[in-house]
Amino acid sequence: MQEAVIEVSKVSTRFGDHVVHSELDLEVRRSEIFALIGGSGSGKSTLLREMILLQRPDSGSIRVLGADLQELGDDEALALRQRWGVMFQHGGLFGSLTVAENVGLPLREHTGLEDALIDEIGAWKLAMTGLEPEAGAQYPSELSGGMMKRASLARALALDPELLFLDEPTAGLDPDSAGGVDELVRKLRDLFGLTIVMITHDLDLLWQVADRVAVLAEGKVQGVGSMSELSRMDNPSIRQFFDGPRGRAAQEQGKRQADTQADTKSEKPPSKPK
Amino acid sequence: MDPLSVAPAVIARPTPQELALSGSWTARGIGAIKPQLDALSAPSGSGMVVDGARIEALDTSGAWVLQKLLRRLRDEGTTVQVRDLRPAFAKLLEVVGRQVADQTDTLSTVASAPPSTLEGLGRSAEAAVEQTVALLAFIGESAVALAGCVAHPERFRWRPILYNIRSAGVDALPIVGLLSFLLGIVVAYQGADQLRQYGANIFVADLVGLSMLREFAPLITAIIIAGRSGSAYAAQIGTMAVTEEIDAMRTLGIAPLDLLVLPKIIALVIAMPLLTVFADVLGVFGGMIMAHAQLGVGFDEFLDRFAKAVSITACLIGICKAPVFAAIIAVVGCFQGFRTKGGADSVGRQTTRAVVQSIFLVIVADALFSIAFSALDL
Repeated sequence: MQEAVIEVSKVSTRFGDHVVHSELDLEVRRSEIFALIGGSGSGKSTLLREMILLQRPDSGSIRVLGADLQELGDDEALALRQRWGVMFQHGGLFGSLTVAENVGLPLREHTGLEDALIDEIGAWKLAMTGLEPEAGAQYPSELSGGMMKRASLARALALDPELLFLDEPTAGLDPDSAGGVDELVRKLRDLFGLTIVMITHDLDLLWQVADRVAVLAEGKVQGVGSMSELSRMDNPSIRQFFDGPRGRAAQEQGKRQADTQADTKSEKPPSKPK
Repeated sequence: MDPLSVAPAVIARPTPQELALSGSWTARGIGAIKPQLDALSAPSGSGMVVDGARIEALDTSGAWVLQKLLRRLRDEGTTVQVRDLRPAFAKLLEVVGRQVADQTDTLSTVASAPPSTLEGLGRSAEAAVEQTVALLAFIGESAVALAGCVAHPERFRWRPILYNIRSAGVDALPIVGLLSFLLGIVVAYQGADQLRQYGANIFVADLVGLSMLREFAPLITAIIIAGRSGSAYAAQIGTMAVTEEIDAMRTLGIAPLDLLVLPKIIALVIAMPLLTVFADVLGVFGGMIMAHAQLGVGFDEFLDRFAKAVSITACLIGICKAPVFAAIIAVVGCFQGFRTKGGADSVGRQTTRAVVQSIFLVIVADALFSIAFSALDL
């Protein structure tokens, strides 16, 4: 078994009387694409925020990249934050900076690299996420939703993180761009050996990209496994992802694609998403 | 150990034909390597070998720098070979290499020259004209909306009007009262010395009464309200514009002017004269206390003289300025809010503009009032 990058053990979180997590356990392994799913209010986002040091659980422990988040000093927290990248649902790009400046910001802030080099590397990260070079000079408010997500992803990748968190990477995108994201996520993992943790409701993304999926409900993880493993479980909170008409359609398509991809996936050079 | 420190990238040249790389070739490790790389030159004639066996870590930034070095050496006519690189690093280096090749072909960023003084002047003049025209258009639209509401009184939205009267009027009472009270004290205190020299102590009532009622009370109220409510209007409408709430309102068939602008203007036009009266009272009260303390003018004497010195016209002049100031503040605040485009940044900028412009216009209007009143002999 591969080494665990994130270990969540016995985490409980409450907002007032409302229990979000009760003794939740979870493990994410190195170089896997891990998806968190669950209905609205099931605590996915809260769990993600706890993993990236934006929020503290009421009890329990979370270890990320070998460090216990509860016992972290300021310096270690800073070091740890530079080892992961986060793409927020609405981008979280700074409105007062251009896209290129947004992407270069982590490099400017945390390394001693020259400006010219930062601009070049930033331009490449933008190209890698499928944005045109012209987009770099624009301000986030001038971008479409899909471009904003790509720019946000480029910024998350600026420091070459080992761990990437994606919050709803395909929400609000047209099917074509969403397909681009599928491919991009897989390409990043293959190229850099990234560990990717994502929250998503996108059934295609789940079927075709995620290695393992955890279903959150009632404050606990109801089941973990690949989509086809999950599809054989009969827990009602897991079933809802498979039994609807959309769930069934995605399931069939996912199985078909998995068959055809099995042999071509490994050596195909990652084509640039549109 | 400092968790942030990494072994810096090192480049050594054991023989002219060989480069030995070690350390972390990562964004944090290559900060100081640039001068060394620039100083490297290709050996004459024969090829060169780059030994990557002791590279501890390589990321895209490091690979980028390394690829640029390799390209430069190759451009100088040397054949360069990289050997003993870990497989993962070799793969990364290759991917980056393709990209470096692509980018140097396409990347020719032309930095636009900063505008000349004349161009800058022209641009700001154009922006000022554009803004003035837009403000006039906004005033026109608001007037049309108001006329529509007057023609169909059921379109008036009473709840937001009442709410705005409370938030801009009632809630502002303490701060308006306190500041005008202090202003009354200051005016009386400044006048006291001069008046005492001529033995004209009782005229402090004229001084405080006329200056507070005609000028200071309406002006200080307008300035406080511009800072307090004008900014709030701009920020509220600006944020709504950014989050597409204004667009949503339009698609639901609700006119944003009816719901957001008119109630604010009407509420402020009602509240400001009342606040001004309140400021009058507390300002004169402050002056009265100071007259008693500094000049020995008793309250009865003061009020007796006050009634004779200050005509009802003086009082009305001050109060009739207030609705005009109110309209200026509300219109400018809402106008700047609607001009918000983009993100959080823009909300802040428009809010600042709203406050600065409304105070500016209030003072200009006050000056125009002074000219008009002196022409009318009031």
